Amino acid sequence: MLRSLPLRAAALSVVVFFTFMLAWHLAVRGTTAVQQMDPEYAKLMGVTATHGKSAMPGPLDVAATLWGHLKRPFYDNGPNDKGLGIQLGYSIARVAIGYFLAVIVAIPIGFLIGMSPLMSRALDPFIQVLKPISPLAWMPLALYTIKDSSLSAIFVIFICSLWPMMINTAFGVSAVRKEWLNVARTLEVGTFRRAFTVILPAAAPTIVTGMRISIGIAWLVIVAAEMLVGGTGIGYFVWNEWNNLSITNVINAILLIGLVGMLLDQILARFARLVTFPE
Amino acid sequence: MSDKFISLEGIAKRYPAPGGLTTTIFENLWLSMNRGEFTCVIGHSGCGKTTVLNILAGLDTPSEGAVIVDNLAIDGPSLDRAVIFQGHSLLPWRTVMGNVSYAVSSKWRRWSSAQVRAQAQKFIDLVGLTGSEHKHPSELSGGMKQRVGIARALSIQPKMMLMDEPFSALDALTRGTLQDEVRRICQETGQTTFMITHDVDEAIYLADNIVLMTNGPGAVLAEVVVNPLPKDRKRTEVHKHPLYYAVRNHIVDFLVSRSRTFVEQTPGFDPRHVPLVRPGLDEPPPEPDSTVVRLASRGH
Repeated sequence: MLRSLPLRAAALSVVVFFTFMLAWHLAVRGTTAVQQMDPEYAKLMGVTATHGKSAMPGPLDVAATLWGHLKRPFYDNGPNDKGLGIQLGYSIARVAIGYFLAVIVAIPIGFLIGMSPLMSRALDPFIQVLKPISPLAWMPLALYTIKDSSLSAIFVIFICSLWPMMINTAFGVSAVRKEWLNVARTLEVGTFRRAFTVILPAAAPTIVTGMRISIGIAWLVIVAAEMLVGGTGIGYFVWNEWNNLSITNVINAILLIGLVGMLLDQILARFARLVTFPE
Repeated sequence: MSDKFISLEGIAKRYPAPGGLTTTIFENLWLSMNRGEFTCVIGHSGCGKTTVLNILAGLDTPSEGAVIVDNLAIDGPSLDRAVIFQGHSLLPWRTVMGNVSYAVSSKWRRWSSAQVRAQAQKFIDLVGLTGSEHKHPSELSGGMKQRVGIARALSIQPKMMLMDEPFSALDALTRGTLQDEVRRICQETGQTTFMITHDVDEAIYLADNIVLMTNGPGAVLAEVVVNPLPKDRKRTEVHKHPLYYAVRNHIVDFLVSRSRTFVEQTPGFDPRHVPLVRPGLDEPPPEPDSTVVRLASRGH
């Protein structure tokens, strides 16, 4: 083939996209038979019954609503009618707070575990038990103790972001090459200087990988957490629109959740490129 | 001996073995080195050469005995003893300048960054890496990396340099050039150097004294071969020296056969007084025929 690989890949992506859109469009065309009914009664029934239209919105409906949302992302008409920008903003803020609290706690503890075999063995059973707990299982406990639904969501983000970062930091720190540590030893470099000039740069790629895993999990969990705590946030929006039976809005929200998740991942990926060193 | 600078005093290294036993890597090693001398240790893999070097560096501790440097028993690593590691062990996230100045700023903590850079630059120039200061180790060839390692070790102006097979990972041409550089630098700076090698020719070219170590476990220092070659020797000329083959054959003989049997065959051996030997001067030169046989048997 003469054309470059990226070009061919892009062309294929476009084909896949339009095939999917076409299939979706065809699948949700009206197929059910239209019932003859009294006009008064027909007014009470939706378009599904009167015009045979599918209850599932087509790609064009979704695109039209999405355009409407994107035109007015920050309107606020009260508790149950806020712009998607505001809802996403709440979710991102909760993730950011919980995640940064987790960074502050996980990286120093990870360092300690990685540098001290004693701490590693002593703390290992706790980490092994706490790590597999679904973050949402903490929710009732958080609601009972914190007594604030928004803070409870932040706590859930904190607890779910903690483990991948802590484990990766501990692994990265304990796997620093002996020869680099020996360089520091022969130069009589003190403990603190060694931690910042040798161990941290050497372990940074592994630590950032842990941070990247954590941000992914945090974004997965926030949607579920907000469905439970309600009030604001993209997760609440999804659940609220489900209650409104607005599948179009649910699909819009799903799309935006995916895009924001990708964006968060890309930020961490860029950060990872900054700290990675070629050998 | 009052002029001895470094001495190994009866050092041993033992590890616990299964069944409550201990494995002795080496024991009762006694050796002294004078200031400004270049000493090479040669021996087979596993005899504990690297452990001896690590003990000298302070990175490892002997199970028995002590190491005295400049009348003081060593206790841990020191900036007085610079190590050139077998792998170059440069910090890959730092540039050439960053690696050398890291060492400089570790030694002189109060120096301004300009002073640190000037000192680092001096030693980067000395090893011939001018112009590559801003490259990262991944952008350098094996020989250049090892030059950075040498510059880093020299930049802290240590009392002695310890080299663990510094050229073993390099191709023959690069190795030759770097051997020349190391010899030139050591002579110019009067550096006391302790080097481990597998390469007999390298030892003869570089060292004043070549220490022969028997096979482990239970390795001992068998002999110190005093290099009879002139101080101003050239790498391309050494093999033409009349005593070259006597020295070479003596060492190769030791490595091929005597390193295994030395302990049994030398019952009255006193490890505190390792004999000095001068091949070709103490003993009659070997017959021409036997030289051929020995050369042929080298490729065992």
